[in-house]
Amino acid sequence: MLFALFGLFPLIYTAWVSLRAWDLTGDAGFVGLRNYSRLAGDPDFWNAMVNTLGLFVLSTVPQLCFALVIAGLLNRPIRALMMFRLGVLAPIVTSVAAVAIVFGQLYGRDTGLVNGAIGLAGIGPIDWQASKTSSWIAVASMVNWRWTGYNALIYLAAIQAIPRDLYEAAQIDGAGAIRQFRSITVPLIRPALIFTVVMSAIGGMQLFTEPLLFGQGDVSGGSLRQFQTIAMYMFEQSFQNFDYGYGSAIAWAIFLLTVVVGVANALIARRWKGGTQ
Amino acid sequence: MRRRTRGNSLVYLTLLVSLVLSVFPLYWLFVVATRSNDVVGQIPPPLVPGGNLGENVSRLFAAPEAHFARGMVNSMLASVAVTVSVVFFSSLAGFAFAKLRFRGRNALLLAVLATMMVPVQMGIVPLYMVMVKLGWQNQLQAVIVPFLVSAFGVFLMRQYAERAVPDELIEAARLDGCSTFGLFVRVVAPALRPGAAVLGLFTFMSTWNEFLWPLAILEADNPTVQFSLSQLATQYYTDYTLMFSGTLIATVPLLLVFILFGRQIIGGIMDGAVRA
Repeated sequence: MLFALFGLFPLIYTAWVSLRAWDLTGDAGFVGLRNYSRLAGDPDFWNAMVNTLGLFVLSTVPQLCFALVIAGLLNRPIRALMMFRLGVLAPIVTSVAAVAIVFGQLYGRDTGLVNGAIGLAGIGPIDWQASKTSSWIAVASMVNWRWTGYNALIYLAAIQAIPRDLYEAAQIDGAGAIRQFRSITVPLIRPALIFTVVMSAIGGMQLFTEPLLFGQGDVSGGSLRQFQTIAMYMFEQSFQNFDYGYGSAIAWAIFLLTVVVGVANALIARRWKGGTQ
Repeated sequence: MRRRTRGNSLVYLTLLVSLVLSVFPLYWLFVVATRSNDVVGQIPPPLVPGGNLGENVSRLFAAPEAHFARGMVNSMLASVAVTVSVVFFSSLAGFAFAKLRFRGRNALLLAVLATMMVPVQMGIVPLYMVMVKLGWQNQLQAVIVPFLVSAFGVFLMRQYAERAVPDELIEAARLDGCSTFGLFVRVVAPALRPGAAVLGLFTFMSTWNEFLWPLAILEADNPTVQFSLSQLATQYYTDYTLMFSGTLIATVPLLLVFILFGRQIIGGIMDGAVRA
């Protein structure tokens, strides 16, 4: 009973607040869907939406690809296995704030190591915060760094559950390591792949702290909102402009977006299952 | 045979590169925290620690905007309280869902799981308003009480209890006249201990690292450690050694936990993956 209350209450209450004009002066009554129609015509909201989806792609695709490769390598008979496993997982213990502070320095315009390194290769310093592309890359690299090892371990667990004789049979048929990886490993760890994609989608739609601290705590995500995510926009509206009604409408948009992405993933997963098994 | 060695060294090389990429930012954190501000931006960068850690740390605790000591104490209290409570209630509820038959069990379980799908942002506005009603703004209990139970924890412990506690054991205890709570304390809890340990580690880590909610409900003079870090990053963003020594101190407790229990954490993640 308690749990149902805890879970459903915010959902319904946020929906209720989102239908009202509610700011610092208090509840100013029911306004129907006005918050939502305002949302649909709000360029800042759509900008944040584009940023969120772009960052999601940039942070999920490389992350899962690298994780898959690392898992494949960790599954081989190698020395110092535990050290490698612990090493690639180490980023998970750092807090998002810590990651953002360290990477903020690494990507600094004048004193950052990344600019120092590309400077050695003859490329001029980049102002990472200035443009959409460069700020997306910087923020996405934080997410990638933090989660790749975790996903690699999930894949590794799934790989280890695959019966060994499948590989032996493939070897007899003359399949090389890469072919084996593509034709046996990847199809058989599909549930784990789907799990990680869904988890990354949920995390990606809620991205907040990395871009926030990348921009020195500025909730608008750069001077031109070049890296403001929807979660940041919600925070800006709710806790800086104290427009709770509008903030709640944005929260619902985030929720719906997460559901849409989740359902899309589930559909793809079902098609995969029906297709090949 | 030769091909095999070459293939193997490629494997090691790739793994080594990933290892260095994973660990380098952490090492860099340590190096800068022990140096002075004039090394930042040097090319090539300094790669060995210096002797300035003590000075940086005392500057950190003296920094008026950060309230760093307060943040550390607050985070410690909150993390311990939330961890103890989540482990206790999740074990109890997980056991009930896995092993007891009662009316509406499946519906209830579904309701619990549904709350896992709701993103944090959904809850934050109503939660904020509840806290305002209670007068808990800027109070430490505001970052503790809402997190004393966790749907994820219940789910994890239910999965664990299903496998770890044999039904025969429960029946035997019942025949001996054990009450349900006695059953939990004497029979079930000991069997759940490994799962509870993993849950405890995860809960501690995520509470320690929680950021969005403390930022919304607390003020800068009564922060959690992560909030305090963000204050450092906002107010002192040119003073890298100060920021980095704060980040180092905020990360050390988790690194210790990780080094001590790394194997269990890896086991927990890989275990969860197979079931998912």
